[in-house]
Amino acid sequence: MARVVVDVMLKPEILDPQGQAVQRALPRLGFDGIADVRQGKRFELELEGPVDDAALARIREAAETFLANTVIEDFTVRIEEDGK
Amino acid sequence: MTTRVGVVTFPGSLDDRDAQRAVRLAGAEPVALWHRDKDLHQIDAVVLPGGFSYGDYLRCGAISRFSPVMETIIEQAKLGMPVLGICNGFQVLCESHLLPGALTRNDSLHFICRDQKLRIENAETAWTRDYSAGQEIVVPLKNGEGRFVADQHVLDELEAEGRVVARYVDLNPNGSYRDIAGITNAAGNVVGLMPHPEHAVEPLTGPTTEGLGFFTSVLKQLVNA
Repeated sequence: MARVVVDVMLKPEILDPQGQAVQRALPRLGFDGIADVRQGKRFELELEGPVDDAALARIREAAETFLANTVIEDFTVRIEEDGK
Repeated sequence: MTTRVGVVTFPGSLDDRDAQRAVRLAGAEPVALWHRDKDLHQIDAVVLPGGFSYGDYLRCGAISRFSPVMETIIEQAKLGMPVLGICNGFQVLCESHLLPGALTRNDSLHFICRDQKLRIENAETAWTRDYSAGQEIVVPLKNGEGRFVADQHVLDELEAEGRVVARYVDLNPNGSYRDIAGITNAAGNVVGLMPHPEHAVEPLTGPTTEGLGFFTSVLKQLVNA
């Protein structure tokens, strides 16, 4: 089965308090040198059929209308190849 | 004829009963609406209540926005039916694009629950005409994702058109841009509000009864229409 991955991230200008909280916790745990953390969402969509242009267009539409809120979030769509 | 004000129940709504009660105390007839039922049952106005519809999965209000009842509500809102979204209801209205902007995680990351002072900035919407512009009221506020954000252009437009309905006073509890607690659409029939006027309608249970004005306002609007 083909897998398409949609990554959703808050737009750079939108404050990400969750990412900031993670970033602040890292040095306390001994993970130094990390300047910034942004937290996002990853959706893995398993397709019934082939990943053709039509399927990708539908997925982009789903991402735009539903998976992401484009007022505050950006998204990317990519195909995950077989065999990792 | 009694004015009928619908209150939608989504799976995970919490404040639907309180909203119904506020509608009744204001003198209208509350009509329970179910999220899967497209039919609005001859209502004159509708309240989208607070809570955690669909467990806030994906984003607050993102799944509710596509429920069957919302299809009809979005249609009717565009035709002028008064719609008030409180808290989660406000999030649903933003997700529906009936209102601009979005509501994001409080800047403190804490869930905030407090009695909150607000200033009514626009007393001409369907839901605020029983107030006067500049009037300060205290109603409960309780949210984890109540931080109103929008781009500068949208914020400037809201300000210029007088579409900021209410602002936080003394303290901005969640980091909302420009202390915005509530906004309206250009026509003034759709209002989104993060704090909870429906919890401030009776002395026994509320900090004040100053929230009742939202519900009496819509009644007046409909009777005069």
